[in-house]
Amino acid sequence: MQQEGRIIQDVVQVAGLLDQMAEKIAERALACNRAPLHMIGVRTGGLWVASALHRRLGLASPLGELNIAFYRDDFSQLGLHPSVAPSNLPFDVEGAHILLVDDILYTGRTVKAALNEIFDYGRPASIMLAVLLDRGGRELPVAADITGVTITLEPGEQAKLTAADELSLRLFQTA
Amino acid sequence: MREVGRQPLRHFLGVEGLSRETLTEILDTAEGFMAFGSRAVKKVPLLRGRTIVNLFFEPSTRTRTTFDLAAKRLSADVLNLNVEASSTRKGESLLDTLWTLQAMNCDMFIVRHGLSGAAAFIAAHVAPGVRVINAGDGRHEHPTQAMLDCATIRRHKGRFEGLSVAIVGDIAHSRVARSGIHALRTLGVEDLRVVGPKTLIPVGIEELGVSVYHVLERGLEGVDVICGLRLQQERMQGALLPSAAEYYRCYGLTPERVARAKPDAIVLHPGPINRGVEIESQVADGPQSTILEQVNIGIAVRMAIMSLAMGSNAGLAEDA
Repeated sequence: MQQEGRIIQDVVQVAGLLDQMAEKIAERALACNRAPLHMIGVRTGGLWVASALHRRLGLASPLGELNIAFYRDDFSQLGLHPSVAPSNLPFDVEGAHILLVDDILYTGRTVKAALNEIFDYGRPASIMLAVLLDRGGRELPVAADITGVTITLEPGEQAKLTAADELSLRLFQTA
Repeated sequence: MREVGRQPLRHFLGVEGLSRETLTEILDTAEGFMAFGSRAVKKVPLLRGRTIVNLFFEPSTRTRTTFDLAAKRLSADVLNLNVEASSTRKGESLLDTLWTLQAMNCDMFIVRHGLSGAAAFIAAHVAPGVRVINAGDGRHEHPTQAMLDCATIRRHKGRFEGLSVAIVGDIAHSRVARSGIHALRTLGVEDLRVVGPKTLIPVGIEELGVSVYHVLERGLEGVDVICGLRLQQERMQGALLPSAAEYYRCYGLTPERVARAKPDAIVLHPGPINRGVEIESQVADGPQSTILEQVNIGIAVRMAIMSLAMGSNAGLAEDA
C-alpha cells in the first residue's frame, strides 16, 4: 500500500457524481436499446461504485462482482495478489447487455483483464464501461462510455476511493 | 510486498515449519479457485505458457490427475511422466532424468516418489527459476493432500480453533497423516487425536501435539472431524496386522462407530478407499462423507499452491 503524501484534492461530491452517472447510464442504455442491463463491479472500489449505481437505477438483475486477480497481466512481476475473493456473476453472461463499473480508470489494464474474464463466462451481446474517475495515463486503447469526473493526474500522483459511511475520493501525491 | 510471517512459497515440499499465515493464504487462494469448476470456461490465464512436469515415480491416479487438471485450468502446458515405466528402467539416474527435463525449459516439477526426501533432493538441484512441489515422498509428507483436507474442514466447519479432529488408521506409513498433523496443529486445532493399533502408530508421536487412542470408539467420542486413512499394505514389512478382516473388526469406520462423533461430524478420506477394510460403504457413501467433494477441492488447492509458488518468482529476494 502506498503512503499518502500531500493531499491535492478531496472530491467531496461523490454522491452527486453518482447521481449524474446513473442518469447518463439510463439515457445511454435506453438510446442503445440495451435492456435488460446487467451490472458488474470490479472488486473492490468498482464494486462500491457499482452497488451505489445499482441502487440508484433499481436494476432487476442482481449485481455481479468480478475479481480479476487471476487475469492480471502483472502476475510474472508481482505474483498473486493476496486475499482473492471469488468472482460471482449471478446471471447468464451469454447474450447479455453488460455495464462494467470500476472506480478509477488509469492504464486500462484492469479493464482488459475484466473483459477477458467476462468472456470466459460467455459471449455478451454488449459491454459498456462506467468509471467514477478517469485519471488519464492510458497504456491500452480503452475508453469509458460514462465518466463521473475527469481529472488528469501525473504518474507520481494517486487517487483513492474509500468507503466509510459514504464513498469519498481523495487525490494525493505518493510519498 | 508481503507481510512478515507469510513466507513466499518457492517450493512446496512440506507443511512442517510453514506459518499459519502461509497456510491460511493457501486456503484463501484456493477458495478463489473453487468456483471455477462450474464455469463454462474453467481456465484462467495465470500460468499461460509455463510448462509443468508431473514427475511420478510411484503410481497415482487422483493426485496425478488433479495436478494435471489444476495445471491445465491455470493454462499451463503439462507433461505427464510415469518414470516407473521409463528411463530409470534403462539405468538413467534421477538427476540425469531431471537435467534432461530441465533442458526442455520446464518451469515446475510435481514430484511423487517412494523415498522420503526425494522432492527436497530434486529442489536442491533444479535451476533457480524452477519450482518443485511435493506430491508425496515416502512416509515423509504429502502436503497438498493435507492442505486439501484442511480446505474441506474449513468449508464445512468455518474454523479450526475449538475443533476436535481424529485421524484414524495407519499413521505409521502415512505421509498424509504426518502432513495433516502439522497443518491442523499450525492452523489451531487443539484436540487432535490419532487412533490406531499400536503397531501402526509411531512411538513418540505425542511430541507433535497429538493424543493417542488405541480404541476407536473412544477416539471418535465427540469429534467434529474424522480423517480416515488407507491401510498401506504395500508399504508394510513384517507382521504388523493379523489380517485386513481383523483390522476392519477393530478399526473399520462403521455407521455405529461414526455415531460416536458429533451428529454433524464429517468423514474425510484421501482415497483410494478400501471398502470393508478401513471404511464401510454406508459411511463412505453416506451424507457425512466428503470423499468425493475432496477431489474437487483438491484441484482448487493445487491451483492455489502452483500459482503461489510460480508467482513468488517475482520481485522477492527469496531465491537467495
